[in-house]
Amino acid sequence: MAKIGAPELTGRIEIPKLAEGASADQKSYIAKPDNMAALSFPRERLPNWKEKAIEKFGELLKKYRSLQLSMDICVKCGACTDKCHYFIGTKDPKNMPVARQELMRKVYRKYFTTEGKLFGGLARAADLDDNLLDEWFTYFYQCSECRRCSYYCPYGIDTAEITMAAREIMDSIGYGQKYTLEIIGKAETIGNNLGMLGPALRNTLDFVEEEIKDNTGVDIKLPTDVEGADVLLVTPSADFFATPHVESLIGYAKVFHQAGISWTFSSYASEAGNFGMFIGNYDHMKTINKRIWDAARELKVKRVIAGECGHAWRAMYSFSNTLNGPFDYLDKKYPSPVHICEFTLDLVKKGAIKLDKSANDGFTVTFHDSCNVARASRMGDKIGGQFIIPRELIKAACNKYVEMSRGTTHAETFCCGGGGGLLTDELIDLRVKGAMPRMQALKAVIDSNGVNFFALICAICKAQFTKIFPYYGLEMEMVGGVHQLVSRAIILGAKEGV
Amino acid sequence: MPTIDFKGKQIEVDEDGYLVNLDDWNEELANYLAEIEEVQMTDAHWEVVNFLRNYYKQYQIAPMIKILVKEIGKVMGPEKGNTKYLYELYPGGPAKQACKIAGLPKPTGCV
Repeated sequence: MAKIGAPELTGRIEIPKLAEGASADQKSYIAKPDNMAALSFPRERLPNWKEKAIEKFGELLKKYRSLQLSMDICVKCGACTDKCHYFIGTKDPKNMPVARQELMRKVYRKYFTTEGKLFGGLARAADLDDNLLDEWFTYFYQCSECRRCSYYCPYGIDTAEITMAAREIMDSIGYGQKYTLEIIGKAETIGNNLGMLGPALRNTLDFVEEEIKDNTGVDIKLPTDVEGADVLLVTPSADFFATPHVESLIGYAKVFHQAGISWTFSSYASEAGNFGMFIGNYDHMKTINKRIWDAARELKVKRVIAGECGHAWRAMYSFSNTLNGPFDYLDKKYPSPVHICEFTLDLVKKGAIKLDKSANDGFTVTFHDSCNVARASRMGDKIGGQFIIPRELIKAACNKYVEMSRGTTHAETFCCGGGGGLLTDELIDLRVKGAMPRMQALKAVIDSNGVNFFALICAICKAQFTKIFPYYGLEMEMVGGVHQLVSRAIILGAKEGV
Repeated sequence: MPTIDFKGKQIEVDEDGYLVNLDDWNEELANYLAEIEEVQMTDAHWEVVNFLRNYYKQYQIAPMIKILVKEIGKVMGPEKGNTKYLYELYPGGPAKQACKIAGLPKPTGCV
């Protein structure tokens, strides 16, 4: 494998000079035939793939009016060109959002517009041939569907939706990406992205209980499949496996314990994440999402709370109702899923739990807005709640908090570089480079304010930054969860009631 | 399917070099996989590999990193019971690189 070179950290984000084809060799692995078949996709590329791809394209244009609009409406104003972290990091002009979209638009013109059908190349129309399909596979898997470019688009074109449609078309002709499809297979059959079976989950949670007991002296349970519990917590399964993810898991458990609220995990729906969204496939998204609501009904919980996971929050908050609603079996006071940050902050404000900020005095904290939370969802009942709530919670748990520079936070946040189904090792060079804009903004506050804790609310962000920090010469221990801070600060002991 | 040539036998691996058939694993092959990864196997490395394999046998998945850290701390001494030490042993990550040498599948998900 070629040596991965991280860009130099200067604390500044600069628009690069173009380097044609610079990331053309960054390709995802192709999904295995058995995996494709298990998800009802063709095992491998169909002999008549082109015909089928165009047919699927036409179907999607009819099904999603927004896609049709996005195909027609772009005026090539260029507002999106320098907004993509993968473009800034790789310098490859095909990663300019408008250029990536053009890979699809020129096929659209060829098959779905009169001028394209009549004048072909003169009307900037192109046939979907082998080369172009390869470019689709390369560059639509170099988009993390973070929608930063969409935020700047004067027409509001949803680039992520275009990427999702391209992936959906490719899957439908038997040309899928291994990483996302392997995970969808596990989520649908085992119940989580890791492929962790019930006994392993229980063993893991037993271990976490022992850890908490050893460190705090308090008996805190992480229950599974408790019928009649008030809350079903669904969290990314990475919380059951990875570091620092588990530290937030410990944080959630302490919060429930101290507030005296009964809760449970489900071993059937032991995953908040939903990779069906990443491949733009409605059926798989629905199947994965349904597990959560089936579990909620079966366990007779009053409410559903989502752990720290960016795209899961989008899938649960923005799509659950359409996919598998209505949720009339939940307590009417809690009709939709609640984010764990909102839940915990509410308890802090009510005085039901108390946080000792000085427990985090060793840290100067900054917060990275995760793309799917920032640009594709809300939190709480106020506009901008998804920005306010995590920050208020962090500030309730520590004394030293610093913002990164404007233009890199809130709705303008940069993706971590590993979202949207790209958190896979064969794309490591792309991931390192794609993280660069965020790393520059972070470097600036490390230098100016001594930031040494990088707080996150997404499992992908946590895994991505833990992996790529060392490439930039930073310690991976800086990466942590918001509930990791809560976990350190929460005062356990005699309850004063909710 | 890619293969690696081990003692004149073709062993099936995936694109990242993880064994496809877990039964192909033996200690000699583990040493060979470690060589490819540029990891020099010591007793500490074997502790990790053996623990991973035993856990996998029981639960069909690799253990949470924290469980592995705790176990290594128990066996090798508390000063070694931390993630940093595991990364010293396996710079490619205690989950991914150690799993590869232990002949286990690659962990999937947001990890």
